[in-house]
Amino acid sequence: MRIKLDRTVCDGFGACARHAPEYFSLDDWGYASLVGTGEIPQADQDAVTRALLDCPVHAIIHSGEHRPSGDAAAHHDAQEAPEPEPKTENSEAISGFVR
Amino acid sequence: MTTTTALTVAAWPGIEPRLLRHGDEDLATYREQGGYQPLGDVDHLLGEVDVSGLLGRGGAAFPLAVKVRAVRDNGRRRGGAVVVANGEEGEPASIKDRWLLRHRPHLVLDGLRLAARMVDAARAHVYVSDRRAEGAVETALAEVDPAVLDGLAISVVTVEPSYVAGEETAAVRVLNGGPAKPTDKPPRPFEEGVAGLPTLVSNVETLANLPFLHRHGAQAFRQHGTSTSPGTFLATITGAGRPPALYEIPHGVAFSDLFRVHGVPTDQVSGVLMGGYFAGLVNRDILDAALDHESLRGLNSGLGCGAIAILTDDCPVAVAASVMAYYDRENAGQCGSCFNGTAAMSAVTSALRDGTATNEDLARLERWSVVLRGRGACATLDGATNVAASLLVQFPQLVASHLENGCKTCHSGAFSAVRPYEVEAVMP
Repeated sequence: MRIKLDRTVCDGFGACARHAPEYFSLDDWGYASLVGTGEIPQADQDAVTRALLDCPVHAIIHSGEHRPSGDAAAHHDAQEAPEPEPKTENSEAISGFVR
Repeated sequence: MTTTTALTVAAWPGIEPRLLRHGDEDLATYREQGGYQPLGDVDHLLGEVDVSGLLGRGGAAFPLAVKVRAVRDNGRRRGGAVVVANGEEGEPASIKDRWLLRHRPHLVLDGLRLAARMVDAARAHVYVSDRRAEGAVETALAEVDPAVLDGLAISVVTVEPSYVAGEETAAVRVLNGGPAKPTDKPPRPFEEGVAGLPTLVSNVETLANLPFLHRHGAQAFRQHGTSTSPGTFLATITGAGRPPALYEIPHGVAFSDLFRVHGVPTDQVSGVLMGGYFAGLVNRDILDAALDHESLRGLNSGLGCGAIAILTDDCPVAVAASVMAYYDRENAGQCGSCFNGTAAMSAVTSALRDGTATNEDLARLERWSVVLRGRGACATLDGATNVAASLLVQFPQLVASHLENGCKTCHSGAFSAVRPYEVEAVMP
């Protein structure tokens, strides 16, 4: 199981950190960030699934799952967009504030 | 070279400029000087880009060849790719992208064409917020034969300027019909971007290096610069009570030489603000550093987009407070850690400037500068933590004197620019 957390959606309810504190760390104001890569071993999947289902704003999603986006709906090509490929080792390497 | 406005535009003494030219360059001039050379062997060009070691000039300094290959390979699997020339220069202290687009639009379009060929994209966008840049690119597109652009379909997309609008996922979001605000990763644009396709978002200065590489090759490119920071780059220099300047500089030049060329006596330099606002403050140790990535990494700083503000009379604490207030105002307002964190760090740095901060405030600032790093969807919050951390590490005595309300400079009217070291204000 692989998940991701959309921090632009997180509203700081903190339910995730109650269910799976090893995977969700909260800042001083209660907003969450994911700990680790989002890859969840079998043993922790129940707790993380509870965190996913309990998030009131649905900020946690299964990776590879497409979030319904109002942005993309406005684009005439968006409906034809293919599903994303699984991430590769190499593709994770690009980071930083890319302008 | 030339002074066309209050902005000085000049190549580093003794070098033949690759990016800067005098005046506005039209199609005829650009072609006379060897622009828009036909591209036969795409793989050969990508090989040259690889050997050249060209790093992205937007701030992250990521190797262009790696990014191009990732987009090309993902695009082959997904049935196409898109290229975006990113000219939305969000850093107020930087002018180089707007200068390139306003004065050398064909150089950027030529680079965009070559990039599109390398990733096999049929569609490209020029993403800007500057109206003059938009006009110059539209004019350039109107005068160039589409065949010269290898049939590439190019559109110009203009947004309202903001700090975060130039972040690559914000660009993609706009092109997909959304607001100019970043999205959380993954996916990154090279995986999934415009219209869901793998997208190469590349800074316009990065693209502007491609025509040179195409014509002259990687070895010629490497004749300037260092082995790990090859080539020249555009540096926007502000501060020190001097008119701003845009220089084309070979990587590896000593900061002390830059100060000398810019007319700033080194004994007056108290430090620099690096990378626009992103890479934070450096104290007088900068006098022993060079303008390349390795040297600045050694100071826990970075070149970023090449914008450097030289501090002489301005108090670094007050500069940090102004930059932090800017981050507090200009963040996207999306991630809780960012809008809370920048507000909190801004409150402490402002109190420090005003001589009202306590030891407890300072301890909180120090902790936030560490624990908030990486907690935003984009790197705006990292920029703010860089400013906080670098202030505390680079200027500890100055910070201590502000705790005692002992800064004479700040007492006599503290530095309080809303957009510190902004260049646009002086470039008509």
